[in-house]
Amino acid sequence: MTGIIEQERYTCAIGAMQTVTAIRRAIPILHSGPGCGTMVSGFFERAKGYAGGNTAPCTNSGENEVVFGGEAKLRQVIQGSYQVLESDLQVVLTGCTAGIVGDDVGQVVKEFQEAGKPIVHVDTTGFKSNNYVSHSHVVKAIIDQYVDRFHQGQTRTRTRNQLVNVFATLPYQDPFWKGNLSELKRILEGIGLQVNILFGPESGGVAEWQRIPQAFANILVSPWPGLEIVQHLEQKYGQPFYQFPHLPIGSNETARFLRGVARFAELEPVRVEAFIAREEQAFYEEIDSLATFLLEFRYGLPGYVHVIHDASYVVGMSKFLLHEVGIVPREQFIVDNTPEAFQAGIRAELATTSSKRTIPLTFDPDAGRAQEAIRGFRHPGRGLLIGSGWDKLLAQDKGFDFLSASAPSPYRLVLTTGYLGFRGGLRLIEDIYDRVLATYK
Amino acid sequence: MSTINLKNPQVEVREHRLGSITGFEGAASQLAGCCGGSPKERNRSFSQCLGCSTSNAACTVILIQDAAVISHGPVGCSGNLHEYAFTYRVNGVQRGLEHPTQRRIFSTNLDESDTVYGGERKLAEAIREVHGRTGAKAIFIITTCASGIIGDDVESLASEAEAELGIPVVAIFCEGFRSRIWTSGFDAGYHGIARKLIKPATRKQPDLVNVINFWGTDIFTALFGRIGLRPNYITPYATVAGIAQSSEAVATVQICATLGSYLGAALEQVHGVPELKSPAPYGIQATDRWWRELGQLTGRSREVETLLQEERAAFLPRIQELKALLTGRSAYVTAGAAHGHALIAILSELGLRVTGAAVFHHDPVYDSGSEQSDSLQAVVRDHGDIPRYTVCNKQEFELVNVLMRERPDLLLARHGGMTLWGAKLGIPSLLIGDEHFGMGYQGLVNYGERILEALENDEFVKNLARHAVNPYTDWWLKQDPYLFLEGARP
Repeated sequence: MTGIIEQERYTCAIGAMQTVTAIRRAIPILHSGPGCGTMVSGFFERAKGYAGGNTAPCTNSGENEVVFGGEAKLRQVIQGSYQVLESDLQVVLTGCTAGIVGDDVGQVVKEFQEAGKPIVHVDTTGFKSNNYVSHSHVVKAIIDQYVDRFHQGQTRTRTRNQLVNVFATLPYQDPFWKGNLSELKRILEGIGLQVNILFGPESGGVAEWQRIPQAFANILVSPWPGLEIVQHLEQKYGQPFYQFPHLPIGSNETARFLRGVARFAELEPVRVEAFIAREEQAFYEEIDSLATFLLEFRYGLPGYVHVIHDASYVVGMSKFLLHEVGIVPREQFIVDNTPEAFQAGIRAELATTSSKRTIPLTFDPDAGRAQEAIRGFRHPGRGLLIGSGWDKLLAQDKGFDFLSASAPSPYRLVLTTGYLGFRGGLRLIEDIYDRVLATYK
Repeated sequence: MSTINLKNPQVEVREHRLGSITGFEGAASQLAGCCGGSPKERNRSFSQCLGCSTSNAACTVILIQDAAVISHGPVGCSGNLHEYAFTYRVNGVQRGLEHPTQRRIFSTNLDESDTVYGGERKLAEAIREVHGRTGAKAIFIITTCASGIIGDDVESLASEAEAELGIPVVAIFCEGFRSRIWTSGFDAGYHGIARKLIKPATRKQPDLVNVINFWGTDIFTALFGRIGLRPNYITPYATVAGIAQSSEAVATVQICATLGSYLGAALEQVHGVPELKSPAPYGIQATDRWWRELGQLTGRSREVETLLQEERAAFLPRIQELKALLTGRSAYVTAGAAHGHALIAILSELGLRVTGAAVFHHDPVYDSGSEQSDSLQAVVRDHGDIPRYTVCNKQEFELVNVLMRERPDLLLARHGGMTLWGAKLGIPSLLIGDEHFGMGYQGLVNYGERILEALENDEFVKNLARHAVNPYTDWWLKQDPYLFLEGARP
């Protein structure tokens, strides 16, 4: 899909500087035109992390670098980065200027690598892909150029440890990445695994990345972004992977996810089932006491929902909202520029949501068109729209309840909230009905 | 002085047109009054992320009520433009707009094959699609590094579409790599507006005054009303028709010469609308000069004297009280150029001691060529020299180093991200977004009250300082802050 995009919901390849920002004490170094870092931090907002935003070193390439090449300037900026900033890992990301001019970034970075510096480079030339894709490129670059230095021959077998690497959601592109990863770690540990979560406050920073080769397997919680990473690791370290094709939100899907992982990893079923039972009980205790409100509240609650989000959320939310909350998913819109090869699989997965209803689904990164379509729909009852800040006005015009849950999200502040898992499902319910009840003045 | 030439599709960037620089350290007096010659640029061997011309060009066009904007580039080059959509919506009420409409912002989403075969066909189709989808009264195309380097002929495509669609289709050349001074993007946006939107005047409106600004609260309707004038705000919240008639105004004022330099000069040189040359009305002395010049330009000198009299009576007593409370406190300023000078004036008149300033860039002269517009010279003349004045290009690492040394009582900033470092060091830090907040006599009261509040409520910054993460090395914080500036003392 290469048509025009109105109201973009993701950004270009260099947006994966946020992948670096999400690793403790790692710094992005941009070899790009002057505005790229500002564009990225402006897209995500409040996403500076350790050394993103105005702190990130950048060559700020100008006419001179475009005409004569920017390698010398890059070398200077990398040197300066070591003098000025404390960091455990440096990731050089190239922008359009360097990409078109053809600077040999690899050669410059190699000089520092040979001097033993924990530095890697990755081609994130803006027009070559987008951040959903280049996230994988950044992770692969760190594995190949840094993590691999710590690989001590044979991958350990699962008899000696229960360690898995987890790849789930894109830092910052998923506004709930911190909370989601935190819940993921909690539930996987709950069924007896050890977890390299790799990003965010619950990871051990680069020391944890160094242990990636020691894991016996990888777990991917995603329909397509990140698939490249686990395939690469399978090839590189012989680690098999288990893929769950969307965010598991709520009790049903989280239990299904955990059982899938348990079968794949041949975990002790008694322990797994005991954990799931405890979590299910806690989850349904809440739903149980909520059900009266959902069924009886006489002043109006949303009966149906449109979600404009990436594939992982659209499928995860549709399943959850229908079965565990009672909100019917109507037309859904996936705006993450899903490659065609994955679209049929995602459609099939969404179709498993219900045996008696079809949920219409559109793939199109041009969210302006999604909005146009939604303006035209007429469904009985009260509607809920889950989307990004772009959709607030649409919701207002349509009289929908509105939950801002995708990037960019200027109308909402998210710190460590997550929607994944048992606890995330409950939080999503809280957030939806908080918005709904706030409309009663 | 630069000669406005609307025949060229592009306007030269500030480095070439005005001799603007991004690196300097010394006393403000060494840099002020450079009208005749250009100060020498000093490059940095280490640098952090800057702003981008394309974003600033966008800022001049996205907030026009009935326009649509196409970013011709990869999807990331319009990444932060949603912030303008937010601004337009939430700030509309400050500008009398009860029902702000959705901003129509598009990307041509250039991909790798476009950089090989060119993105022209895609842009041509995009313009038609956007026209059909939005019914906008004007379509602006903002260029990017990628579209610039591959050499798409955006000007021809815009002209062809304009002839076909019958609305202005305006090419704005604002590739990030062309200039390290991102305010060059303002000039690029205004150049496009002056070329394609502003129509020759068929009549004059003797009470209409153009106000070049951002999206500050509407204070001019009331102020101008007292002397029988009306503001024509350009370009945020204006309509395409409103901008077209700006040639009919009797004068043009601007809230910041860094912003409006080019458009003010274009209106004067091309359409004969005189531009008010005095620096913007921040601080008493500048305020008096500004209003008196406006009185002369519009034939309302007597009314202006009355207005100033009333303002003095209304606000001077409180200004004196605030001054008594603030005198002796030290302050450090970081901001864009002309507005930075304005903040220095405000602080000085409130009795604070401005020990230093880190200003993003420096324009030795504005497009009018008028020495009268030299806002740095005016501030040095009015309030004395600023001993440690630097042109910092928004380099955070220098600012952090400087703040560690200066430890001012207050950090006053404009432009997001900079207050963080004051706060991390436990320094009360203040950023006022609304550019009209500090104007005139009332502005001094506004600022004085807010500064008192910031100085008083310092518990948050004191606590943050105890817990803050600092990624800067001890080594760096002990070095001369300008070590990486070309020609630095070793």
